[in-house]
Amino acid sequence: MSAAEHNHEEDHGHHHKETFMTKYIFSQDHKMISKQYLITGLFMGIIGIAMSLMFRLQLAWPEKSFGIFELLLGKWAPDGVMDPNVYLALVTIHGTIMVFFVLTAGLSGTFSNLLIPLQIGARDMASGLLNMISFWLFFLSSVIMIASLFVEAGPAAAGWTIYPPLSALPQAQPGSGLGMTLWLISMAIFVASSLLGSLNYIVTVINLRVKGMSMSRLPLTIWAFFVTAIIGVVSFPVLLSAALLLIMDRSFGTSFFLSDIFIQGEVLHYQGGSPVLYEHLFWFLGHPEVYIVLLPALGITSEIIATNSRKPIFGYRAMVASIIAIAFLSTIVWGHHMFISGMNPFLGSVFTFTTLLIAIPSAVKAFNYITTLWKGNLQLNPAMLFSIGLVSTFISGGLTGIILGDSTLDINVHDTYFVVAHFHLVMGISALYGLFAGVYHWFPKMFGKMMNKNLGYFHFWVTAVCAYGVFFPMHFIGMAGLPRRYYTNTAFPYFDDIADINVVITVFALIAGAAQLVFLYNFIHSIFYGKKAEQNPWRSNTMEWTTPVEHMHGNWPGAIPEVHRWAYDYSKPGQEEDFVSQIVPLKEGEEELQH
Amino acid sequence: MTAILTLTVLFLIAISLWQVAKIFEMSQPSKNNTQVANDRDNDIQGKLMFAFLAFLYILTLYSFWKWGDVLLPAAASEHGSDYDNLMWISFALIFFVQTVTQALLHYFSYKYRGEPGKKALFYADNNRLEAIWTIIPVITLAGLILYGLYTWTNIMTVEENDEALVVELYAQQFNWKARYSGADGVLGDANVRFLQDFDGKNLVGIDATDPNGLDDIVVQELHLPVGREIIFKMRSQDVLHSAFMPHFRAQMNCVPGMITEFAFTPITTTDDMRRNPDVLAKVKKINKIRVENSKELVANGDEALEPYIFDYILLCNKICGASHYNMQMKIIVETPEEYQAWIDQQQTFAQVIQ
Repeated sequence: MSAAEHNHEEDHGHHHKETFMTKYIFSQDHKMISKQYLITGLFMGIIGIAMSLMFRLQLAWPEKSFGIFELLLGKWAPDGVMDPNVYLALVTIHGTIMVFFVLTAGLSGTFSNLLIPLQIGARDMASGLLNMISFWLFFLSSVIMIASLFVEAGPAAAGWTIYPPLSALPQAQPGSGLGMTLWLISMAIFVASSLLGSLNYIVTVINLRVKGMSMSRLPLTIWAFFVTAIIGVVSFPVLLSAALLLIMDRSFGTSFFLSDIFIQGEVLHYQGGSPVLYEHLFWFLGHPEVYIVLLPALGITSEIIATNSRKPIFGYRAMVASIIAIAFLSTIVWGHHMFISGMNPFLGSVFTFTTLLIAIPSAVKAFNYITTLWKGNLQLNPAMLFSIGLVSTFISGGLTGIILGDSTLDINVHDTYFVVAHFHLVMGISALYGLFAGVYHWFPKMFGKMMNKNLGYFHFWVTAVCAYGVFFPMHFIGMAGLPRRYYTNTAFPYFDDIADINVVITVFALIAGAAQLVFLYNFIHSIFYGKKAEQNPWRSNTMEWTTPVEHMHGNWPGAIPEVHRWAYDYSKPGQEEDFVSQIVPLKEGEEELQH
Repeated sequence: MTAILTLTVLFLIAISLWQVAKIFEMSQPSKNNTQVANDRDNDIQGKLMFAFLAFLYILTLYSFWKWGDVLLPAAASEHGSDYDNLMWISFALIFFVQTVTQALLHYFSYKYRGEPGKKALFYADNNRLEAIWTIIPVITLAGLILYGLYTWTNIMTVEENDEALVVELYAQQFNWKARYSGADGVLGDANVRFLQDFDGKNLVGIDATDPNGLDDIVVQELHLPVGREIIFKMRSQDVLHSAFMPHFRAQMNCVPGMITEFAFTPITTTDDMRRNPDVLAKVKKINKIRVENSKELVANGDEALEPYIFDYILLCNKICGASHYNMQMKIIVETPEEYQAWIDQQQTFAQVIQ
């Protein structure tokens, strides 16, 4: 950006005094929008996690009466015993909230907004207005999703994948009435929000990089956000089309997904549609969505592991290549969710092939993280612990993908708790760790304060132990053949011998839930009473740490500094310090690493 | 059992409380607390990382020791052993990779924890290493993919033949029915439009004008002759269901508006499976649990739980509504003679609608 433009920006700031409304509510500043995303995401996260604790209680002690159910679920839990329809509603909304509202909007929305302008040296996003609209659409969709919880017949309850006909027919379950309509409206708005956000990220990364910030000097965070945004733009519209067609089937009598149905003593008029079509449309987004959730977390991890190892990230080019490879492959593997959906088995073979290929770039990433740690000087801050934890759960969860991605093996573990364990580790917990790592690492940038590290350590260790305590044993009940989304397994004496595993899982889940309260306390307390942050507390190379601690519109006072090197000159021989900011020119005779 | 669990919970709560108290102690501001990890933090956290590796290994070993017996029940279909072989090979592979990579990750986190005056090695790239850990997964996965696809094709190729028994599985909220093709070996046409014919006696909607359907037999319990290929044709009348038969390594969705297929050959009769040592051990374990659970029920004036007897089960494995968790059907595998005797007793469609 030229100096003239910069002067304009500064003048701009002087002329218009910001009001409370423009600064905190309808802000167009990416830093404020990022905080809005984070706080809305955390709020949704509290609801999503609370729901999971409720259905975990139900699974461990089925048909027992709990006062908390009566308190929170009211008429849906008469005498404190949960109704089966409510159980399904809880797992449905838990999934929807965690996948879309927390780990897509809360994670990607927060850190893409915060870091893209700051790390590429831009004064703001390409379009502040679109960015603001994107957040408010997300907020609106959150409000509608929450509102759906208070509908007379209950919220959507057909699973987060809302396969028709279950989701299409109010006769099939109470949640498929108004609750499902609100779910669909909420998600349609969410998709619009996500598209506006993604387009903005793409345009910003391509056009607004400061002088010297070539694509090959971009921090891996930005690469991850950039590629994530591209996947989002490619796949989210397909979810929108699926939602719109489902709305048509539900409300206008079309037959896109329905055919030959007899329910509640009545033959319905639908002819010629196919639920399998819906499954294709849903998973065309649904699978890339996994990487929309995961890639930003991996990007954040790359940055934090390099900074805290005081070493360059190992294999920068391979890391970028694997991000791109994963993104590409992610759009051609959706059928592995449908091996036994009734689609042609030959198609199953094709999807097995593409799916297992994803293990290759994933393995490259995991090995590169491990090699980055090798011979480092690890600064084990809470953010670093969560990043290492992410690599651990990414490996543990990713490996079982080799079983699930294999169409043959999928036959017996499809839709069992084995799947639940797999995806919670590989994308749920991993992405959540990415979110936590990001919050601990960039909290000083967002709020100008430091979080309490000891509470952070406590938060990490309890969470890490409990996450494995919950999801490791879960593989066993899956291999035993227990289907997911069962209100209780007492209807099958065959499963009586795994009841104790369910109790163990629930106990770990409750402790993990309680540990998140420590995080919330630390988060809120630190915003107000945290120790004031230094400008570059982690002694990091990236550009966001060259901006002043106090936020200002336009990010840098004066001209934006030019970039002279890549983001990973940590412990470079010949330098006094173990880090060299990207804005420091090369010394005489110093060569930039060919990476 | 309940008492032990309650005690465990109380114990864990006590630990949590103790830890929370410790946090508050630790969270008191002290002079050295800059909120960035110092040398002492690096030392402690690095060692904890190593301890976490031990935790992971112990959790793994404990789980296998405690719950290893619930993994994959004994296979009762012809392709079951192919499935199991592929599963255990994949398992061995991921087990090995998991053990090694977690060890490296956590050991490095411990070994290279920050120390005063240490400088990290500036090591940004090595094409040879990158090539190694690209090529090894490529070769391993190529093997797995080929093996997997070979098995998949074998399992999923359903060829119509005269020897096979054709059975329709019919799903509805929230029960299963089965239709046998009768003497002519051909299932009659069917559609949900016919469900209301004959005062609701047409349970799966057979077209009464199709002569092939008149000798069809509709039942609520699935009987299969051992050693004969069974070709399942699946239908659903309302929402998606999934016919999951874990002992036979068989599963296929039931989709309204289309007919899906899955075929397998049962190789062990229910009676033989009941004598399998693993199954005997499982039944014994379950009945011990049921006796224990019954004590509480009886104390409350309820009836005791019935003792468990092993049977093959068919479960619904696709969310289908409120009673999804209880949508099941008993499968009985028996000798061809027993099967013939049973089927001869059943009423044909023509008899039912008379």
